[in-house]
Amino acid sequence: MSETPFRVLRVDLASGRGETLAIEGRSRWAGGSGLAAMLLGRFGRLDRPWDDPEQPLVFAVGPLTGLYPLMSKTVCAFLSPRHGQAAESHGGGRSALALRLAGFDALVITGRAAQLSCLSLGARHLALRDVHFLRGLDVQATGKILRRILPGAGHRSILRIGPAGEARAAMACINVDTYRHFGRLGAGAVMGAKNLKAIAVQGDGSPPIPAGKDYPRVFEEVYRLLTATDMMHKYHNLGTAENVAVLNALRALPFRNLRQTHDPCAAAISGEAFAERTLLRNAACAGCPVGCIHIGFVREKFMEPNQYLYRQVSYDHEPIFAVGAMLAVCDPFAALDLMEEAERAGLDVMSAGVALAWATEAFATGLLSERETLLPLAFGDARAYAQAIWHLARGENDFYRLLASGVERAAARYGGAEFACVLGQEMAGYATGEVFFVSQALGFRHSHLDSAGYAYDQRHEKPGVEDACRHLFAEEQGRCLLTSMAACLFARAVYTEERLAACLEAAGYGEIASRLPEIARRVQAERWRLRLKGGFTPEEVPFPRRFTEVATWKGPIDPAFLARLRAETARGIRRLAAQAEEDRAAGAAASGVDAPAAEG
Amino acid sequence: MKILIAPRMERCIGCHSCSLACARLVHGRLSWNTAGIRIASSGGLSTGFEAHLCLACDPAPCAAVCPTAAFVQRRGGGVVVRKKRCIRCGACAPACPVGAIHLEPDGEPFVCIHCGRCVPFCPHDCLEHREVEDGAGGPGEEERP
Repeated sequence: MSETPFRVLRVDLASGRGETLAIEGRSRWAGGSGLAAMLLGRFGRLDRPWDDPEQPLVFAVGPLTGLYPLMSKTVCAFLSPRHGQAAESHGGGRSALALRLAGFDALVITGRAAQLSCLSLGARHLALRDVHFLRGLDVQATGKILRRILPGAGHRSILRIGPAGEARAAMACINVDTYRHFGRLGAGAVMGAKNLKAIAVQGDGSPPIPAGKDYPRVFEEVYRLLTATDMMHKYHNLGTAENVAVLNALRALPFRNLRQTHDPCAAAISGEAFAERTLLRNAACAGCPVGCIHIGFVREKFMEPNQYLYRQVSYDHEPIFAVGAMLAVCDPFAALDLMEEAERAGLDVMSAGVALAWATEAFATGLLSERETLLPLAFGDARAYAQAIWHLARGENDFYRLLASGVERAAARYGGAEFACVLGQEMAGYATGEVFFVSQALGFRHSHLDSAGYAYDQRHEKPGVEDACRHLFAEEQGRCLLTSMAACLFARAVYTEERLAACLEAAGYGEIASRLPEIARRVQAERWRLRLKGGFTPEEVPFPRRFTEVATWKGPIDPAFLARLRAETARGIRRLAAQAEEDRAAGAAASGVDAPAAEG
Repeated sequence: MKILIAPRMERCIGCHSCSLACARLVHGRLSWNTAGIRIASSGGLSTGFEAHLCLACDPAPCAAVCPTAAFVQRRGGGVVVRKKRCIRCGACAPACPVGAIHLEPDGEPFVCIHCGRCVPFCPHDCLEHREVEDGAGGPGEEERP
């Protein structure tokens, strides 16, 4: 059976026109991360700035999207405003199913719109609308208006940016369907640079399901594992917020700009406390019966006598770490308030929290004054942080503009680099030890999800460099495969390589199923090739001193081990990138560099 | 006879597993539209979800307007659908008082046939396949604890 080419919609914002492309390479790249990397390599200009209008913004789904539960993620690829190099961010909501049912494996957006615009697309329509009237509007208000003025309802996904994205802040995220995000590395700024306020995808196609008896059987098996066993209990129960108390007990929860790794007040912002005091309901991405989205409420008395309004805010471990623990805001409602402000502003809440934690310490030590921060910042002062979030999002002055481009840049100008909690980008909520620090600093996405170094730290009391390094690259490769499908990584225990192969076979993708290890290696290596071609030097990623001053349950950080692991990981990255270059030179990647053909 | 009802939609998390199951198992499609039960957010995600599905009318207005008897009255309420008889005229959808019939662009109608195959796929037990007396029709009172 000949394989079906990828069906890719390419839209040029300058002309408002699109073209459907049939691109070969499905059994080489699968989809998701693999397809996104291939398209970024093809359409991106790695030697030009991230905000060059011709740079692509890519959204890709996978061969199993919609066909199986938790195959619910969209992979977004772009050149990051953070470092100008290849980057990837993953989001859920309804985006993946909507794009699949609109009939596309990927959406590639190039060019810059003449006015602030909204791209609306589906199986039978494509339109670029002038939405200049939405300029400066927050994420929630933008969503409400777009829901009213765009065609269709319910079965669509609305991706949008807030003021932070319009200001091209490198900490700007893309909000997906109110409660999910392409959060990290500044995808929101890429939309801002393209004058693109929103993308609405109508999932109005209805393709036939795979033929044969295997598909329903395999589906039911996967569904049963996900819903009738304990495999997803954590996510269904407290959600990722469960980690707060666990890490605090381990002395591995970054607190007060990582001056501490535990604090008694963490109990007040634990997953248990959030569930008991603030949890309103759960929600799910389309096609996921687990429902890990935890939505808390905040109530505000806005007028006497007894006039209240309420807001619904999604929370997870990472936002709680960033605006709770890092800022020592130990009241769940106050933390939810800050998450809501970041949400409305369109900021990546993780980076925003870590940035303000650094600014607070810099303010306390006299490196910054109110001339820069515009108001006094102090750990625990949630009211001040609520204002500072908006200063950061809007780039209110030179200081906030610089801070929003990355903490280390602000630190280079104002001092305090030694306590800037940056590992490639602002840190994630794990102070578990050397392996995690290296895994984030040298991870492709600079994400805790790249290779789960935090889990390795927790399982090994005295890790060895070679073993840890082997673990990181193997884990990264396995995750590349999952995100090329494009699965939610929370389902990684269910979607083993063997089960993925069964799912693919039953869905008619036998060719992909027979090449899983090869695809995983290729995607992993190609991403690093792209990243290095953009100028990434893994040997030079800084490790601020704060990370070596940390004490966890294992005791102090071992700087010598950290340095050896970092060096070995950097060598591994270069080996992978070189391998991808060799493959290309040998013509092994030929189908990934063919000129795209118009469909038909 | 049994009918499908959605008495506990306050529990819905918007996963669309029911719609996807109906489209997959009954209609052989990957879709959240071509299904007898469809989930919509009621005024944006922050206000929860509602199920669009046949309320098992008896007599059913959609069957009354169908010119080719593709929709015929079902015992217990709702309709029996005979797709081969359908001429894609689209008269059924506007006749439904609660908007329970989805029309594809070519006019093919999709409505709940009360088979209950979606029920086991709801992770929060929002749905129920309930026995009703012939001629009772309608979903009855919503259950509340």
